[in-house]
Amino acid sequence: MPKIKVPKSAPSLDMTPMVDLAFLLVTFFMLTAKFRNMEPIKADPPSSTSLTQLPEKVMLITIDTAGRAYFDISGRGVREKLIQRMAVRYPGMKLTAEQVENFSKMGTFGQPVELLAQYISGDDEQKEALDAAGKGIPLDSLNNQLGDWIQEGYYAFMDDATENGATKEELKENGLRYAIKADGNTDYAKVEKVIDVFRDKQIFQFNMVTNLEGSEGTADANLDAH
Amino acid sequence: MAEIVEGGGGGGGGKHGKKKAKKGSARIDMTPMVDLAFLLLTFFVLAATLAKPKAMEIIYPKEVDNQDDKTKLDDALATTLLLGEHENEVFYYFGAFKPDTTQLMLTDFSTEGFRKIMLDKNSAVNDQVNQLKAKLESKEIDEPTYQEAYKQVVGSEKAPFCVIKTIENTKFKNVINAMDELNICNVRKRAIQDMAESEAIAVRQKSSELGLKKK
Repeated sequence: MPKIKVPKSAPSLDMTPMVDLAFLLVTFFMLTAKFRNMEPIKADPPSSTSLTQLPEKVMLITIDTAGRAYFDISGRGVREKLIQRMAVRYPGMKLTAEQVENFSKMGTFGQPVELLAQYISGDDEQKEALDAAGKGIPLDSLNNQLGDWIQEGYYAFMDDATENGATKEELKENGLRYAIKADGNTDYAKVEKVIDVFRDKQIFQFNMVTNLEGSEGTADANLDAH
Repeated sequence: MAEIVEGGGGGGGGKHGKKKAKKGSARIDMTPMVDLAFLLLTFFVLAATLAKPKAMEIIYPKEVDNQDDKTKLDDALATTLLLGEHENEVFYYFGAFKPDTTQLMLTDFSTEGFRKIMLDKNSAVNDQVNQLKAKLESKEIDEPTYQEAYKQVVGSEKAPFCVIKTIENTKFKNVINAMDELNICNVRKRAIQDMAESEAIAVRQKSSELGLKKK
């Protein structure tokens, strides 16, 4: 009977495939990771047991404890169309092509249109100063800019979707959703003011951003600007 | 590319012209690299899943101008939750509000508080929902049928409803808490309204009676 030869050298494992795989996964996660845009405000949403995830295509209004409203909408193409539409509605707002580009990459903002150009071109420090002094997007009935952002945001989204060949059925299933992220300590009346602006535009269904109960402070609404 | 030379000391080996190629294959210890790769992998996997925000869906009613158009609801099915200025000012009453006779009862958002009351009040609906869930789990019905049946059950005419009433500076947190409790208790017929003046007075009275203060 032949004897099985036991190799004398230390058993060495070829790790190359494993390393290949590991790096492949690392690369994948690094590339798919969405980096958070600098957020101009801190809003710590209340916790709930809701497990529904925030929809992908979403218009997000953030409200801080002082009741200041901030606007964000996902999708770079949508944002670009949105700012162009807003420039038509507010002819006083003159934006260069570069500023339009920067706006489309930007995240949440809370500036009146009068200061928007300055805000877009500003560096981080200037933005911070503007945010600290700002009162959010005006939403009172005389100067309801938030309402205009919402309306134009909807149209911009629809334009973008049609351009990308989305059908009516698809849009019904997976259209633009509206989310409100308010700090837990905000007065409800201030949240209601924003909701009333939406209701004026015949929008009645909202996703309230919440933290999952028991994991306070981990969830954060980040929209990508891609 | 960096050259990998095996063994110490032999680095400068070889004369000007010819370099002697080593016979044995060059092996590097890959363990640290693998460690690093997996560390990064773990980080990105965890970071990717943790950043998903959750959302709670709330549907607001359309404004109704004409009072006659408003849905008539049976007072016997009504529970009203009054949320005051402070986080612990949570009161409720059943039926219609009568300024002189209605007694506000204090509650909270713990599992023993408002949830117990609503589960109790809504027990008929909850029993039906549990039956449906059991059917869904035993694959007797499929998901769409379940959703449809669920909607029917929670939206039925006999299902109790809840009105959440707020004042100007009720905290958003409390409203969400209340909605959350109603979700847990399968109370889908609910509304958020402004508190009437008479109710606000009753809340203030009751809370000074009980000595409720900001935590």
